[in-house]
Amino acid sequence: MSDVKSVERPAPPQGSRDSAFFWEGVGREVLLGQQCTGCKRFRHPPRPLCPHCRSFEWKAVELSGRGTVHSWVKPIHPPLPMFPEGYLVALIDLEEGIRLLSNLCEIEPDDVENGMSVEVFFAPTRDGGRIHQFRPTQEARRG
Amino acid sequence: MARGKAVIVGIGQTEFSKDSGRSEQRLACESILAALDDAGLTPADVDGMTTYTIDNNEDVDLVRALGIENLTFSSRVGHGGGGAVGTVAHAMAAVESGLANVVVGFRAMNERSEQRFGQSQMNNTGGAKGAGTGFIEWSLPLGSATPAVWTAIQAQRYLDRYGLTNADFAPVSVHLRQMAATNPNAWFYQQPITVEDHQNSRWIAEPVFRLLDCCQESDGAVAFVVTREERARDLKQPPVAIRHATQAVPFESETVTNYYVEDVTRFETGVSTAKTLYEHTGVGPADFQVAMLYDHFTIAIFWHLEANGFCKPGEAADFVRSGEIGLSGSIPVSPNGGHLGEAYIHGMNLIAEGVRQVRGTATNQVDDVEHALVAAGMSAAVLGRC
Ligand SMILES: [Zn+2]
Repeated sequence: MSDVKSVERPAPPQGSRDSAFFWEGVGREVLLGQQCTGCKRFRHPPRPLCPHCRSFEWKAVELSGRGTVHSWVKPIHPPLPMFPEGYLVALIDLEEGIRLLSNLCEIEPDDVENGMSVEVFFAPTRDGGRIHQFRPTQEARRG
Repeated sequence: MARGKAVIVGIGQTEFSKDSGRSEQRLACESILAALDDAGLTPADVDGMTTYTIDNNEDVDLVRALGIENLTFSSRVGHGGGGAVGTVAHAMAAVESGLANVVVGFRAMNERSEQRFGQSQMNNTGGAKGAGTGFIEWSLPLGSATPAVWTAIQAQRYLDRYGLTNADFAPVSVHLRQMAATNPNAWFYQQPITVEDHQNSRWIAEPVFRLLDCCQESDGAVAFVVTREERARDLKQPPVAIRHATQAVPFESETVTNYYVEDVTRFETGVSTAKTLYEHTGVGPADFQVAMLYDHFTIAIFWHLEANGFCKPGEAADFVRSGEIGLSGSIPVSPNGGHLGEAYIHGMNLIAEGVRQVRGTATNQVDDVEHALVAAGMSAAVLGRC
């Protein structure tokens, strides 16, 4: 992706009181997940309590940043000039068992396969912000 | 209170266009007056009103404009178009509980000539809070900014799982345009398409949706009137029974961007509405003569067919290809042309067609309709003869 284009990307949101931790982490290039203190399960999108054990106690835990492609699409129309040419939107299954929407980079659409291994990285946005992105892992590239 | 007491006694609509040339409030009032006139009622009879989110009309404005004396019941269902048939559920509940005697349901929007639905929602800074969904924060920053992209993420997984391609959607689009071609109220009246037309239309979200997989953007309004069956005996039209109507908000479900359920290829909300409807009515998939299925994109017809049990998971493409959703198939789908062919009035025009099919007054009338399914994803109803 071209740097010129990527710095035009809209800055990420501040988030709500429940989700601000996620965007704060992204801003310093750390992918955080919300983990229940009670039953240790991760959850996304963020919410104030665990739907399984109903604990309000949770921690923002750094995720491995590794996962697999659940599904993907290449938006064509309408064009969004603030996004990189030919960008892909992908739903990522993270190792911790949560699913997160992101962009899939450094790969041609013809080479994308659901289930392929990907890893997180961070791209610059307008106003000096960051946004979470994914790209094939080294293993996936060799495979 | 006993079931089956609330009935639909009137339907009304404006013309469906790309530029109505008048306000959304006026469209709402025109459709409501048409529905009341169809029923043989006037605004003086109305004491209940219901719509669903993303309608810009306020009840207070409509009461003021129509000269309604007082509303004792007013509601706004969530979930945008997915909640369309929730208006039938709310109207039914209001009438049967005694909250109101005559409830009007409506949808009125200039969603082509004013705020275009299919365009980027990147400037939707409000985050759509209170509009029945919480997804904006997790989509827009990634350039997932249109209903086509939101839906395509799920649809790609479906296509991949069952070894299908975009070409498998073509028969859906061809069917709906064929229905619209003989419906004078349809925007695409007398404009059928071929599989080749579908495959030659440009990509909107590759490799999932082409232009002819997408519903229209339309200007227009549709309204219906619900009252008690006893009262309906004195009115103009034969009443249409609401066998049951329901909503569905399953665990981890989301409006449009339904990414967090375990299996995104399963239409969880539709599975839930079907379960509720079948339990309450004793009606099953084999008992419907016609189904009005919310088609924001072609894939939705597959999802509805599977969720409501018309075919098994993964079999919808074959089911459609073999002609089962045609007028002479096992379950004719949206004989008005649906949102792809008639107009996109967010499910409300599907409710109106469901009523016409039960009355026996539709342009593309299915023979001998005893039960019609109207399904919008997060809401659905079984309509039937009284
Ligand atoms: Zn827990």
